[in-house]
Amino acid sequence: MQIPYTVEPRPDTGLHNAKIGIWLFLASEVMLFGGLFSAYVLLRTGSIVWPEGSSILSVPIGTFNTMALIASSVTMVLSWAALKINNLSKFKMYMFLTYFLGLVFLIVKVVFEYLPKFEHHLYPSESTFLAIYFTLTGLHALHVLGGVIVNIYFWGPGSKMWETEPERFTNRVEVAGLYWHFVDLVWIFLFPVLYLL
Amino acid sequence: MTEISRESIWTKYIFSQDHKVIGLQYAFTALFFLLFGFALMMIMRWQLAYPGKPIPADGFIWVIALLGVVITLIGLFHSKKNLITLSGIIFLFMTWILIYLTSGEGRMPEGIMTPDFYNSLGAMHGTIMIFLGVVPLLVGGLGNYVLPLQIGAPDMAFPKINMVSYWSYFLGGITMLVSFFVPGGAANSGWTSYPPLSDLATTGQTVWLFGMVLLITSSLLGSINFITTVIQLRAKGLTWMRLPFFVWTQFVTAFLLLLAFPPLEAAGVLQLMDRLVGTSFFLPSGLYVGTGPLPVSGGGSPLLWQHLFWFLAHPEVYVLILPAMGIVAEIIANNTRKPLWGYRSMVFASIFLGIMSFIVWAHHMYLTGMGTTMTAFFQTTTMIISIPSVIILSAFFISLWGGSIRFNTPMLFALGFLPMFGIGGLTGLPLGLASSDIYLHDTYYVIGHFHYVVAPGTIFALFAGIYYWFPKVTGKMMDELLGKIHFWGSMIFINGIFLPMFIQGLAGISRRLYDGGESYLHAQDVLFWNEVMSYSAWGLGLMQIVFIINFVLSLRNGKDAGSNPWKATTLEWSAASSPPIEHGNFDKVPEVYRAAYEYSVPEASTDFIPQNQKEVK
Amino acid sequence: MDNIESIQKNIRNYIMVFGALAILTVITVGASYLQVGVVSAIVIAVIIATVKGSLVASIFMHLLSEKKFIYILLGVTALLFLVLMFVTLFTVNDQVGIHVS
Repeated sequence: MQIPYTVEPRPDTGLHNAKIGIWLFLASEVMLFGGLFSAYVLLRTGSIVWPEGSSILSVPIGTFNTMALIASSVTMVLSWAALKINNLSKFKMYMFLTYFLGLVFLIVKVVFEYLPKFEHHLYPSESTFLAIYFTLTGLHALHVLGGVIVNIYFWGPGSKMWETEPERFTNRVEVAGLYWHFVDLVWIFLFPVLYLL
Repeated sequence: MTEISRESIWTKYIFSQDHKVIGLQYAFTALFFLLFGFALMMIMRWQLAYPGKPIPADGFIWVIALLGVVITLIGLFHSKKNLITLSGIIFLFMTWILIYLTSGEGRMPEGIMTPDFYNSLGAMHGTIMIFLGVVPLLVGGLGNYVLPLQIGAPDMAFPKINMVSYWSYFLGGITMLVSFFVPGGAANSGWTSYPPLSDLATTGQTVWLFGMVLLITSSLLGSINFITTVIQLRAKGLTWMRLPFFVWTQFVTAFLLLLAFPPLEAAGVLQLMDRLVGTSFFLPSGLYVGTGPLPVSGGGSPLLWQHLFWFLAHPEVYVLILPAMGIVAEIIANNTRKPLWGYRSMVFASIFLGIMSFIVWAHHMYLTGMGTTMTAFFQTTTMIISIPSVIILSAFFISLWGGSIRFNTPMLFALGFLPMFGIGGLTGLPLGLASSDIYLHDTYYVIGHFHYVVAPGTIFALFAGIYYWFPKVTGKMMDELLGKIHFWGSMIFINGIFLPMFIQGLAGISRRLYDGGESYLHAQDVLFWNEVMSYSAWGLGLMQIVFIINFVLSLRNGKDAGSNPWKATTLEWSAASSPPIEHGNFDKVPEVYRAAYEYSVPEASTDFIPQNQKEVK
Repeated sequence: MDNIESIQKNIRNYIMVFGALAILTVITVGASYLQVGVVSAIVIAVIIATVKGSLVASIFMHLLSEKKFIYILLGVTALLFLVLMFVTLFTVNDQVGIHVS
């Protein structure tokens, strides 16, 4: 049995199935983070005192991580472009950079941010600011982790599909890329909201 | 998609990727939970009618156990009917859980229900009925089975995700069942889980939250699949305005699930943080519990939960009702032998309904001290949202006009839906207006209102759908006489349960009273209704046994149905009955030439023209 | 299918967007050190984040040239996102007997 339009786009919509699927998923993700941002706004406007993010969090580390994610976003889109011009080895290089930068982000997050906070007894239960900080960045970090796993798969065993169904593989990388850019996009908003305001 | 060929029973029936098998898995699991949630309520109704008296649960449990044994035996001695054996085993399993629930010190010492256990039953009845019963049966069950057939698709767009969706739902259900066995029992803060109460409740609440995360994941995956399928896999010629109304309602519903559930997931994560890590998202400063202030950082907002919760839970109401309207539309068109009146306006009404349902949620929160501006806003949107419902309901009534109606069982249930949903909707108006809601809020009136929408409304539509599509799924007809007994009995008893609730509610009885109002002076005049309602509930339970017997007997020796017993026009009836698993659905890929309900076309020789028939003959 | 030249042109665009994102990150960090009021600080940060977000969405995620359905979907989602943020905020701020500072 063959499911239609898994590779080629349906003529009247101009889209293949996975593209619609991932955008629907991202729409639900917008609402998930929307709920959390909404919680942030409500708690902050309802609070009597709210600490300045930079007095608790390290802006340089946050900036470094922002750069890492932005860079990984551009390598992601370059890896897709490499497939478009039939260059698998270039794809592998960019994909490697993408998940490597993702891992850098996670390691910096955990080793240089979370753990020192715990050492100074700054737990989520300490204040509403820390609670929302850990929840938002923690959930975002889980998303990064998920993306890294998917990207490693496409870099490693998943890339075998290039031999048999190159177009489908390119589509898959594009879909993974859309997710990865979305994770980057969330961070673009999280960073100023938590670190700078 | 690569060629799929799997022969093992595990991949064919258990971890199946075929939408029909997954639909049946959903349907059976959901039917189990519907009955289980109903059983919880029947136990509660004893406490409400006879507060503090030991429950004679044995008799009730014996009935279910007996059913289990009989059905299992029928299944075992009828070699090919795995489904029957499976349902028998499900009944035996339920017997065991019910024996457990109706005994034990923490729950029912000497057969008398404890207040905490009563609260658990209430919370779990709501959760199970909505998230594990009705929605999975409507969307996961009927939607999964019928929707791809109706649009002429070989399967869902993402079969693997479909499978994951079911198993996520299944795990969520198991998690909810497990929560009855943890110390302190299942969640007991109401199905709405309002903090601070739920933040401080026993372990069952944590399990409830994990269960909800699984259920939300399941419905997200499901809704992605439904939307993609409708957009991409419609048969050639099946334009948007030729879609059966059922497909439209499922399509809008999928959007509601997709966009309304994530905020509740966010809220669930925050509540888990509160419960497990000790944050104070929902705990305000200076909260006293017991003898001293609660040792938390404070600064949270209980209202935040209510907003995020109702942002889901109001669209959820339309998740419950829209597909029900879809089913009723199919059956009414088919049995009046006329096209639906106002098909286009119904489609636009359901889209409008979907969008509006996102901006009415705070009408559940008038009593939280909302100011007049926002109250006025939410009152207005609430009044506006009743318009599309009325459009759809009116279209149904006008469709009946002048039709030569066939009163078969599915049609009876569909017709029963109309006034019942009408009562449910109209009694909602006083709740949508703040001044009357302040009086009625949290009384039995509210319970009566939403049960009219969901129980004799949606569940009747569900039964209509089951009777209507049973021949397609099994190739057998269900028995008409037993079906009619089931319908009339259910109709009488269900009104016996819910009509008195309006009376009690108007008299001011609160909805979550453990003793049914016995200790309140103002309740004395209306207390006798508790017994009426309880007997009606048990009567309704007996009537469902008629349905179960009908279901099993028809599976075993129902009349052969052929592929189109109702002489219907939509595409699912052009597939063979019990369409082959994993070989696409149709002998040849269908092509559509006409609108969904071409009944009684004057120049045609038959009184119906299937959508895939090219010429009028 | 896009041809190779247009992909090559796209690659140049991607690099330029990367540069812009990096510069905007520096600007937003720098702006946070200015001594402006809370409101203006929020406005500045949100505007810069929105510009950055739009760059990622329109260039990296190819939203500049997408199909109609995706636009409809994202339009509805954006609308509901705003409803979730602002209607909730308005409601919470419109409380009887609670003064919100």
